[in-house]
Amino acid sequence: MSATDWLIIGIGNRLRRDDAVGPLLADRLAKQHLQVEEHSGEGMGLINAWQNHDHVILIDATQSGATPGTIHQIDAIEQTAPSELFHYSSHQFGLAEAIEMARILEQLPKKLYLFGIEGADFSYGEELSPQVQRALDQVESQVLAHIESN
Amino acid sequence: MSDTSRTIKVDALARVEGEGALHVSIKDDQIEAVKFRIFEPPRFFEAFLQGRHYSEVPDITARICGICPIAYMMGASQAMENSLGIEVSGDLQRLRRLIYCGEWIESHVLHAAMLHAPDFLGLDDALQIAKQNPELVNDALQLKKLGNDIMDIVGGRAVHPVNMKVGGFYKAPKKSQLEALLPRLEWALESSRAIALAFAEFDYPDLEQDYTCVSLQHPEEYAINRGQIVSNRGLVIDLEAFLQHFSEEHVAHSNALQGSFQGGKPYLVGPIARYNNTQSQPSDNARQLAAECGLGAVVNNPYKSILVRMIETYYACEESIRLIQEYQQPEQSSVEAPTVAGEGYGCTEAPRGICFHRYQLDSEGLVKLATIVPPTAQNQKQIEEDLRAIVEKSLEMPDDQLTWRCEQTIRNYDPCISCATHFLKLTIERN
Repeated sequence: MSATDWLIIGIGNRLRRDDAVGPLLADRLAKQHLQVEEHSGEGMGLINAWQNHDHVILIDATQSGATPGTIHQIDAIEQTAPSELFHYSSHQFGLAEAIEMARILEQLPKKLYLFGIEGADFSYGEELSPQVQRALDQVESQVLAHIESN
Repeated sequence: MSDTSRTIKVDALARVEGEGALHVSIKDDQIEAVKFRIFEPPRFFEAFLQGRHYSEVPDITARICGICPIAYMMGASQAMENSLGIEVSGDLQRLRRLIYCGEWIESHVLHAAMLHAPDFLGLDDALQIAKQNPELVNDALQLKKLGNDIMDIVGGRAVHPVNMKVGGFYKAPKKSQLEALLPRLEWALESSRAIALAFAEFDYPDLEQDYTCVSLQHPEEYAINRGQIVSNRGLVIDLEAFLQHFSEEHVAHSNALQGSFQGGKPYLVGPIARYNNTQSQPSDNARQLAAECGLGAVVNNPYKSILVRMIETYYACEESIRLIQEYQQPEQSSVEAPTVAGEGYGCTEAPRGICFHRYQLDSEGLVKLATIVPPTAQNQKQIEEDLRAIVEKSLEMPDDQLTWRCEQTIRNYDPCISCATHFLKLTIERN
């Protein structure tokens, strides 16, 4: 399998500070000639986005109470995506629900891997918190390493 | 249940767009107060549009909502065109109606199938529906994708489209691009029909309200993006008279202005209002489907809004087929506009109801004044009236069931709280 078989989906809102971490990492990975897509995180749309792809990586900001900058890695084929990590407005049909819905509907890709980066500040603005900014390089290399080893 | 005080409380309403709450207090089986609170912070769009060039406004107002950006883009464009004295017609008008059909399909299906249907099935969320009826949920997913794809092809992007402008479009799509959607639209007629008929089997709470229904009306079509403003009480007005008949007021418990009619009366906008005001429309087939779903000429049970949404979804698929078949790629993708001072009005039927815009422009085309009246703001007062009515009828319910019923009642409106903040925590207080 080559790196181009993977679809990277960067989830978040660029105007809500640390929520931008998914789209910003997608920008970096696009420069590495990977296929990337930016997404708001709305659940039905996410299922549609990965429908024709076998190998998918999702990158999103998390709000779990962990130390800002903490990198969570979840193999979504092997385990349930914890909804307490990934908030998506009060629609409550976000990333975690989309993954579980797709599991029920047998619409999960063959490989689905999740990188969550714990955010600190989700207020209006374009600047990342220092802890999240510092985590960018590490997440990028972890994503690349994951693609290489899978 | 008597001489007791009850407080039922939901701090953050689920499966609605935005942040809000509800507080109901009941004393000795009498309702003391019903407050639908929107506490999502106001976003001051109307203020920061001032000083912007008219051409920037549709793309800025699109950001008011990620689910119904077309309503904001098109309402703003129309108002600017009205002010500048130009008119968009023919195939550009067809494209506008088509992209709006796309928005109706994606918004209605998301709300009806994923957010509202669980209420009627006694389920906590759509995941449980998927376990019980995977075929229905798969169909809903594909329908929503179809709506998004229409928006993508016509608008350049499904969320916050980039191809729409004052005067029309930056680039008109090729007919072949649109024709590629036809087989999926034919499939969508069947699947939206099947979902409507499945939802018609739900057990609907018994509530009939005497609504003042306000919608757009157009002699030639089920009004979506043009027409006059009408009510079922005999009102027929041009857009420029809207603010004379309808007002917005600030109430202490909400960050959204509350809309009212004729000095304080609630009114209803949205699918039921449109349906009730346009007896001979939307289409023979859609009316036939409505009859098969058990709907009469007029719907006054707010819970049946879920059915009307699916009828409108069916209609939007039918209409998309017609529009695509008639469409010929125009030579000019937009109408040129002169830069002149003036005032203009725009109003379209967002999935949740009429969305009104007014702008004043100076001689350089800069916005001097902006007024945007979104549908959820207009429905707030009516939502409180519906809640009051259903709580009165349901006092025997234990608090958890009553809370559920109140949330279901609010979801009848598919409230888009971030649009209205101009949203939900629920508290029922029994004193």
